[in-house]
Amino acid sequence: MSDKAIISPLPGVFYRKPSPEEGNYVEEGQQVEAGDVIGLVEVMKNFHEIKAQESGTVESFLVENETVIDAGQEVAKLK
Amino acid sequence: MALIKKILIANRGEIALRIIKTCKKLGIETVAVYSDADQDLPFVQSADEAVNIGESQAQKSYLHMEKILRVAKIKNADAIHPGYGFLSENPNFPKKCEKEGIIFIGPDESIIQAMGSKIHARNKMKEAGVPVLQGCEGIEDLDEAVKMAEELGYPLMLKASAGGGGMGMKVLQNKEDLEKAFNSTVQQAKNFFGDGSIYLEKLIENPHHIEVQLLSDHHGNSVHLYDRECSVQRRNQKVIEEGPSPFLSEAKRQEICETAVKGAASIGYKNAGTMEFLVDENQNYYFLEMNTRLQVEHPVTEEVTGLDLIELQIKVAAGEKLPITQEEVERKGHAIECRLYAEDPETFFPSPGPLNTFKFPEDDTRLDFGYEEGDKVSPFYDPMLGKIITSGKDREEAIRNMENALEAVTVEGITTNLPLLQEVMKDDDFISGNYTTKLLQNMNDRREKVES
Repeated sequence: MSDKAIISPLPGVFYRKPSPEEGNYVEEGQQVEAGDVIGLVEVMKNFHEIKAQESGTVESFLVENETVIDAGQEVAKLK
Repeated sequence: MALIKKILIANRGEIALRIIKTCKKLGIETVAVYSDADQDLPFVQSADEAVNIGESQAQKSYLHMEKILRVAKIKNADAIHPGYGFLSENPNFPKKCEKEGIIFIGPDESIIQAMGSKIHARNKMKEAGVPVLQGCEGIEDLDEAVKMAEELGYPLMLKASAGGGGMGMKVLQNKEDLEKAFNSTVQQAKNFFGDGSIYLEKLIENPHHIEVQLLSDHHGNSVHLYDRECSVQRRNQKVIEEGPSPFLSEAKRQEICETAVKGAASIGYKNAGTMEFLVDENQNYYFLEMNTRLQVEHPVTEEVTGLDLIELQIKVAAGEKLPITQEEVERKGHAIECRLYAEDPETFFPSPGPLNTFKFPEDDTRLDFGYEEGDKVSPFYDPMLGKIITSGKDREEAIRNMENALEAVTVEGITTNLPLLQEVMKDDDFISGNYTTKLLQNMNDRREKVES
């Protein structure tokens, strides 16, 4: 099976957890279903959920928590 | 101004430019601080000196107190103007400024602290004779909340004490709503504001949002600069403001303004501040919150009174007496402000990107903008690009001038709310002058009805 990527449709700051006090939405190696939230992007003081577009196993995150990303950038790889 | 010869501006965009403009008029030198994303913006060019304070995320630049204070020390700034947002209502900032011997242009730490707690502010204003909504505080758990809610009677608002600007609020129609919302509201208040205190308040279903501009010096003098109606809101955030409110009678306007002065004086308020009220259909008014800073919509007041609010802020911060008495505050005609947001006019989805075309009317329309054609709107900060302000001898003329001004605006490269602003100027409810905070929602509902 070929690799699938999770893409952020928006530019902004990427977060892996819902709030600083909470744990990550998902960990590497975890199974996700299409529609599962895997992170947040903060754009212009709004928070947008990034969802897996298809089901699979999260192979790796390509960006770290709190890093700046561009629109269309891959944030995680799925297997 | 003997005490203030150089001001550091701890903000960005249109408000930084606005502050620089007044400083130039007064012969005060300016220091801008900016993040990586903002290095090419007009406010960086306009300041006498500009210093990069770090990465684009606000936490690493505009919210970083130590970095900003270090620049202020190195550049020998006498004072810091915080603008609005960012550090303007953080009580630790004036405290740290004081320690460094730098004047903070705004009220002191204790007042920001007191008004930052909605429960505390509510109690203080109640004591001062300012009407507050019937409510209940000090709620420990859900059982108690349910009991209190029954006593008060639905519909109610559940609010976080440390919230504000529309954050941390839930509308409750019945007990089920309360049961559903209670735990998550407490949790969110803890997470976002670091304070889980919540309170219940009676809900006004169709409120007007009307506020009073206040100004106090360090010598016990307080004046009001009249009211602004800010009921055109989306997601509890303002889009269009006007002054004077077309809804209030002159007698009621006078009463609200005088009540606000009394409330501010009772806590020893200093510098510019705004008291916000919810007003019901019968013109009963209730304290909502006090903003301890300059407001985005201050130009409405400047156009109506002919005063420069930033000049007055600086003078008061330098220890000068208010140069005007209440009797000397004039009120002429009518003014309207439209906020141009980089967002979809219907979904409010943010739209950062390049301003390939950015054209405005070339008459005497007041334009408070932080961007120019060719600039890039980054995703890191508020979506507000700037403000278009028109005035007239009466409301009708101000609306007509706004319609013409909006007609002359062209933005290409990003999506803006320009079509929404134009629609509001032609909306019957808006034109009638009797509209509530439901205006935009009602317009949206009508649009959807037509489409389906």
